[in-house]
Amino acid sequence: MTAISSTGLTKRFRGGQLAVDHIDLAVPDGAVYGFLGPNGSGKTTTIRLLLGLAFPTSGQAELLGVPVPGGVNRVLHRVGSLVEGPAFYPFLSGRDNLARYDAADRTADPRTMPDRIGQALERVGLLSAARKRYRHYSLGMKQRLAIAASLLRPRDLIILDEPTNGLDPQGTREVRALVRQIAADGTTVFVSSHLLAEVEQVCTHVGVMRTGRLVFQGPLAELRRTGAARVVVQTADADGAVKVFATLGLTDTQAGPDEASALLGGAEPERVCAELVHAGIGVRGFWVAAPSLEDLFVGLTGEGFDVDG
Amino acid sequence: MSTADAPALSGSLPAAPVAARNPARAWLRLFGAELRLVFGRRRNLLLLGVTVVFPVVIGIALRVAAPHPQGGNGPGVAFFNQLAGNGVFLTFIALSTLLILVLPVVVAVVAGDSVAGEAGYGTLRYLLAVPAGRTRLLAVKFAAIMVFGLAATVIVAAVSLAAGAALFPVGPVTLLSGTTVPLADGLLRVLFVTLYVAAGMAALGAIGLAISTLTEHAIGAIAAIAILVVTSEVADQVPQLAAIGPYLPTHWWLSFDSILRTPVDTSTLLKGLLSFGVYAVLFGSFAWARFTSADVTS
Repeated sequence: MTAISSTGLTKRFRGGQLAVDHIDLAVPDGAVYGFLGPNGSGKTTTIRLLLGLAFPTSGQAELLGVPVPGGVNRVLHRVGSLVEGPAFYPFLSGRDNLARYDAADRTADPRTMPDRIGQALERVGLLSAARKRYRHYSLGMKQRLAIAASLLRPRDLIILDEPTNGLDPQGTREVRALVRQIAADGTTVFVSSHLLAEVEQVCTHVGVMRTGRLVFQGPLAELRRTGAARVVVQTADADGAVKVFATLGLTDTQAGPDEASALLGGAEPERVCAELVHAGIGVRGFWVAAPSLEDLFVGLTGEGFDVDG
Repeated sequence: MSTADAPALSGSLPAAPVAARNPARAWLRLFGAELRLVFGRRRNLLLLGVTVVFPVVIGIALRVAAPHPQGGNGPGVAFFNQLAGNGVFLTFIALSTLLILVLPVVVAVVAGDSVAGEAGYGTLRYLLAVPAGRTRLLAVKFAAIMVFGLAATVIVAAVSLAAGAALFPVGPVTLLSGTTVPLADGLLRVLFVTLYVAAGMAALGAIGLAISTLTEHAIGAIAAIAILVVTSEVADQVPQLAAIGPYLPTHWWLSFDSILRTPVDTSTLLKGLLSFGVYAVLFGSFAWARFTSADVTS
């Protein structure tokens, strides 16, 4: 069962710019799916398409098995969302803002509303600021109120677009904990970010966008596997170590002043270490280094500013 | 749209129970929230305050200006000669004066802000993601605009009735056609005049709603509506454009004087109401077509 799926989903803006280019999303039920990509890679537009805010140029999409945008009114009450930053009425209090959105939900029970609003505010730590006007909220509080709005009801799917934008490290950690908690309830979480580091600790799956295309999608472990591991030895005799690597058939050997490394390939790290010791190389440290996800991510999305017009 | 919403998803939280909530009740709930939003805003309350102040000021000014009940050269105000004899006529004076700009602007502010304001705040995307439903949201917006226009009109009528009673004699009403009817009959005519003016404002509200769906800038939409009103009024005064006059959106607003005659000039009234209806349907449909098909990019 997939919580979100799409085939050939495409959005071309009126100016001709291809914002989303034939993407085939598959977000498994119960996953925490990190939707990654640099700013401007089409993440928010994709989310707008999924929520029926924008209409696709071509392709299909389904949320919880219901086709969108056709069926949005049947399915979106099971989906909580935060799209492109928080948006509320500045002249209303936090509580009144949530009440406004709840009133728009034709399936919500007005009798349970005060309780549900209280719980949602409590979950994001805003209960004490509930009566304050939104105008006077800090950026972090605004962001949290938006998350509270997505938690007004039990949901099957939560879509969070850059939920940590504008948050301090503390707030970022809180959001991460909240995502974990939501996922633990069995809710599928689809969270977009331009920072891999922010989501890699909570994600089970990732999709990586680059200039409108989905360049990778799958379990996080699979992304990790795409990176080749290197064996690294810390030693005074780096050249000797490189020779041992060569006899073991390891490739791409490198020798530094106090360190030598090589691609691990199919070799067993235990055996490499034993051979080094056997050859009389003084091993001070020995480890297998997988490329950081960050490196893999940058490899997929391109380095630096690549803004395609 | 089907309401059968069996949670087809297995293995996750029990989907929020899609109890077959009474759609009418859910509609009323959103409508109530919309009214609270419109009538709770300080800016809109100030506008209603303006509609309270104007009739009182006009009443006092005319009381001061009125030389004698039969003095021929009063200020050039419609119904002025009748006012000196009966305070009820202050209602018609106030309505016809405020209809030139004040009432249309009051309606323009709320109508222009209705969709554009939500888009500007970004709350539109969240309302649609709730999901409020595009058609449903638009219908509620239009209903709230009509209620606000009606409220403003009723306030003008009620306040000027009270001010008229305080400042001028009140008694049997001598109509424009010369016949005198009992006060109760006169008050009934005040009610019909008020409803007629509110209908005209509702038509303007539909035009405003349509304009509001075109932009994210509420101020721009409000200005556009106000400019449209003034342009229409000016065009209506140009003799060379007399041929298109009856088709202008503002042309029939002041035709409520037909109610102040015996027999009531129903053919003029019906033409006016037909014009309001056509404008409301035309621009309401345009707003719907636009709002249900446009990408929300704000």
